Amino acid sequence: MTPVTYLRADSSAAAIALGAADGHRLLGGGTNLIDLMRKGVEQPAVLVDVSGLAAPITEAADGSLVIGAAARNSDVAAHPLVRARYPMLARAILAGASAQIRNMATVGGNLMQRTRCVYFADAAGSRCNKRVPGSGCDALGGFTRYHAILGASPACIATHPSDMAVALVALDARLHLAGADGVRSVALANFHQLPGDSPEVETMLAPGEMILAVELPPVQPMRSTYRKVRDRASYAFALVSVAAGIVVEDGRIADVRIAVGGVAAKPWRAARAEASLRDGPASVEAFVQAAQAELAQADPLPGNAFKVQLAERTLVAVLTDLAGGDA
Amino acid sequence: MSRVQNVIVGTARSALSWVPAQWLPGGTPDPLIGRHGEIGRQASRIDGEIKVRGEARFAAEVAMDGLCYATLVHSTIARGRIARLDSTAAETAPGVLLVVTHRNMPKVASPSLVSMSDPTAVGNSDLPILQDDRVHYNGQVVAAVVAATQEQADHAATLIAIDYEAAQAETRFGQAKSGARIIPSLLIERNHLSFGKAERELARAPHRVDNLYRTQWQNHNAIELHALTAAWVGDRLTVHDTTQMIAGEAAALAKAFGIPRDQVQVLSPFVGGGFGGKGMWDHQIVAVAAARMVGRPLRLQLSRESVYRIVGGRSATEQRVAIGADADGCFTALLHDGWSVMPPYGACPEAYTLGTRSAYRAKSFEILQRHIDIAVVPNTFMRAPGEAIGTFALESAVDELAHNLAMDPVELRLRNMPDKHPITGAPFSQHAQDQAWRDGAARFGWEQRAAKPGTRREGEWRIGMGCGGGSFPYVRMPGAAVRLTVRRDGTATLACSGQEMGMGTATVVVQQVADRLGLPLSAVTVEIGDSALPAAPMAGGSSQTVSIAAAVLAAAEKLPAELLRLAGNSSPLSGLRAGEVRMEGEGLASASEPARRETFRAILSRANLEEVSVTASGTPPLEMLKFAMHSTAAMFCELRVSDVTGEIRVDRLLGSFDCGTILNPRTAASQFRGGMIMGLGLALTEETLLDERSGRIMNPTLADYHVPVHMDVPQIDVIWTDIPDPRSPLGARGIGEIGITGIAGAVANAVFNATGKRVRDLPITLDKLL
Repeated sequence: MTPVTYLRADSSAAAIALGAADGHRLLGGGTNLIDLMRKGVEQPAVLVDVSGLAAPITEAADGSLVIGAAARNSDVAAHPLVRARYPMLARAILAGASAQIRNMATVGGNLMQRTRCVYFADAAGSRCNKRVPGSGCDALGGFTRYHAILGASPACIATHPSDMAVALVALDARLHLAGADGVRSVALANFHQLPGDSPEVETMLAPGEMILAVELPPVQPMRSTYRKVRDRASYAFALVSVAAGIVVEDGRIADVRIAVGGVAAKPWRAARAEASLRDGPASVEAFVQAAQAELAQADPLPGNAFKVQLAERTLVAVLTDLAGGDA
Repeated sequence: MSRVQNVIVGTARSALSWVPAQWLPGGTPDPLIGRHGEIGRQASRIDGEIKVRGEARFAAEVAMDGLCYATLVHSTIARGRIARLDSTAAETAPGVLLVVTHRNMPKVASPSLVSMSDPTAVGNSDLPILQDDRVHYNGQVVAAVVAATQEQADHAATLIAIDYEAAQAETRFGQAKSGARIIPSLLIERNHLSFGKAERELARAPHRVDNLYRTQWQNHNAIELHALTAAWVGDRLTVHDTTQMIAGEAAALAKAFGIPRDQVQVLSPFVGGGFGGKGMWDHQIVAVAAARMVGRPLRLQLSRESVYRIVGGRSATEQRVAIGADADGCFTALLHDGWSVMPPYGACPEAYTLGTRSAYRAKSFEILQRHIDIAVVPNTFMRAPGEAIGTFALESAVDELAHNLAMDPVELRLRNMPDKHPITGAPFSQHAQDQAWRDGAARFGWEQRAAKPGTRREGEWRIGMGCGGGSFPYVRMPGAAVRLTVRRDGTATLACSGQEMGMGTATVVVQQVADRLGLPLSAVTVEIGDSALPAAPMAGGSSQTVSIAAAVLAAAEKLPAELLRLAGNSSPLSGLRAGEVRMEGEGLASASEPARRETFRAILSRANLEEVSVTASGTPPLEMLKFAMHSTAAMFCELRVSDVTGEIRVDRLLGSFDCGTILNPRTAASQFRGGMIMGLGLALTEETLLDERSGRIMNPTLADYHVPVHMDVPQIDVIWTDIPDPRSPLGARGIGEIGITGIAGAVANAVFNATGKRVRDLPITLDKLL
């Protein structure tokens, strides 16, 4: 690991001031960044620790829930309001990593974590456009099991690994971003970027900006869940995951929200599937059609074509399950 | 592994077939067999308490004054040479004491490759170690950095700049097959076996299966990383290592560094998991050389990535198994051949056909292994090398045949149980695999299995049961030596350089010494893990316990004569000869007049001696050559497969074992379970991602290389026949590796029973079931 200067921010203003400089990186729980520093993938000169900032989980006047960026993943998953109103989020968080990692990892850090592409992680021996722009991509033609089937580019086929973010996108979460020029609010769905020609740009965070909080708008009661499909029962990233919620009234779908994980460089809001379902019948045929409508855009690679079918089947199974009981 | 060896072993075997059994070791069964003592009881591990307290010191925890730390740098190409190596920045980095490269590494000959005939030949690779600028595989050590702290060494290692001149290298398994070579023997067994006309029998068999099976690359992942702490004082070398071969390593280091054997001490009292991976690799040579160059004690603890890069694992294989059967299901032909990797600089032939030779009776056999050379870190022995994956292919094929015959798979196996070695005709020393099958099937509830695949389901889950046979040969290593000491205070100590890797070796040694000497457990201690002690063989091939036991037996046979000599004329034992006394009740007693007895305390007190010691070696292991000796198992698995996602969840495993006397049910059950869990990893989750374009391992972390986690491991039931083997010390056979054999077959067969889908390549991941 390259020697690094460690600073601790005692306020978000201090963090913004310290984090803005070149070579400075904000440090949350460190469960990803420190690993990448050990591997030489990340080499910040200065770490600004923001994990000690206040991270309240508070209910706003309009009923939204605001979660401080430094809140621990495990605290969010266990929070009574999260469990009562956004159970899909609690499930998604608990499907990720291990208890020890969730106890360390922060919400902001979770959203900022890097891809687990093994070629990205191999600084010594593999080419990666995300790590060294323009150097090439050794994942293409290599092991692509965990790589994208949606929204990839010839420059990069990496996926975003977060489970939590998939549920947050399905729940229309917004981010409060703070920088030298003040605070702005953006939709999480727009936060992560597809690779295009510049896979090194992963989010819309401007230099010097930091995530202050995640805001969950109020939702009407719905049946929802998070289903994660992976290569072992725990402690593995998603091959495919589905966060979904559905409201069925008189056999018709009054509201539906779906996001898919493990398939793209961002949590994938399944807008086409939602559109195909909204106001239609809650039937298996409709679910199959919706899943196919979404996955019609898929462009799989040799080695991950199965994920198209896996995503379709998982979507259908999740929606069928949700529609099956009392709404 | 030569033709000469085939002739020698073959000649010895045929000569021994004429020698009466009672002339051989085990000819007279070990008197401890069947005696109720400490053996067979559930003694707690003697090292359990200090491990729980955190007081057991492992190789990377030994404190030393002036200790410095090393980090390795690995090649990023598969073959070629180093065109430029710039270590300036590393050398001037804070804390750096030394950068070792091929330019300044002293001349050191690599250890000789592992050999069955030379216990000091313990190398896994005979490539030069930092001796020249050439690169032979991706990940090879090309430099090492030594610094005052581990962090400084790690950082400086990243500052070494290397340009390579890459050469053409074959890194693709499929491409290399055309250049495969055939070696004459696999360990001590002949490679090519042709018995009857198997292809012809197969062609005319009314029922046959003939398929290809593939198994994946695997890596070693002991929780304790490879590590050593090395210190030179003048020309004396002390190495604290984590190793399965203490005595062999001491001899190999002495040879490599040109110093007398008695000037090297290797200490390895605790090993945090070995499984075949903790042998001699390049890092010991580099660390010992660097310690000498820097003139300070040095620690090299490999990173997890370094373990993947320079410690080989299990070769991928492609195997063909064909079985022909008559209308009753009796095998008329059994064919097993295929390909695995063994680079010319490696030593492990991955003998996946060994188990097939003794598993079933058949009218004809055709068995052959081919080895291919690709540029990779040499593969090595990994828990049940050969059998773990060979039984996957064989037991899948048997299941496929049973399905074709519409016969119960257990019944088909019972119908083809051998009553002697099916090829050599050698008698089994003891063989009750049929009982293991019946007991296992009854306990597992095998009768609940649906004969028709894909018929049991619960919601989206299809449920299936499968079984597979397991097998591992009995091995007793020649040359085990021990020192047995009895003291005036009534205690005894057994000393040998054996290895405790967590299996319970030391505990079982204490149990048998207590029984041999007629002492309570509390009076017996053991000293192991030190090359200064009488040399035990390596811990490998599931052989250590019986190898040491034979030497303990020999020592216990020598001890009475010594004690009688000391007892003198005023002892109640006066006049008795060694053959006329037994050790019992903490002393010696006349066999015919048990009232004539005297305690060890009394004998030594009268003789005014603090202690008496004998040193002895085990008899040559001729029983291995005369008899067919195998641990066997019957494995059962119940699992569920999601109709939606293809995910597999194993619900139940049962292992039913026939391994001779079980010396300690607690430690044995733990070893069986551990092996079975490793079998689940082989069957379902583990896979080294070797990028065939570059020969580079792409998942050298425990996050990306999936060993089973707790949630993948179901309830595991373990039972055994506990029938002693009359030909082995204590009646025991090996139990360390048998646990993994048969599991992958049982899992694959259960997947078929659940879904009707036959998966012939491991690991069985969900995409193969969609």
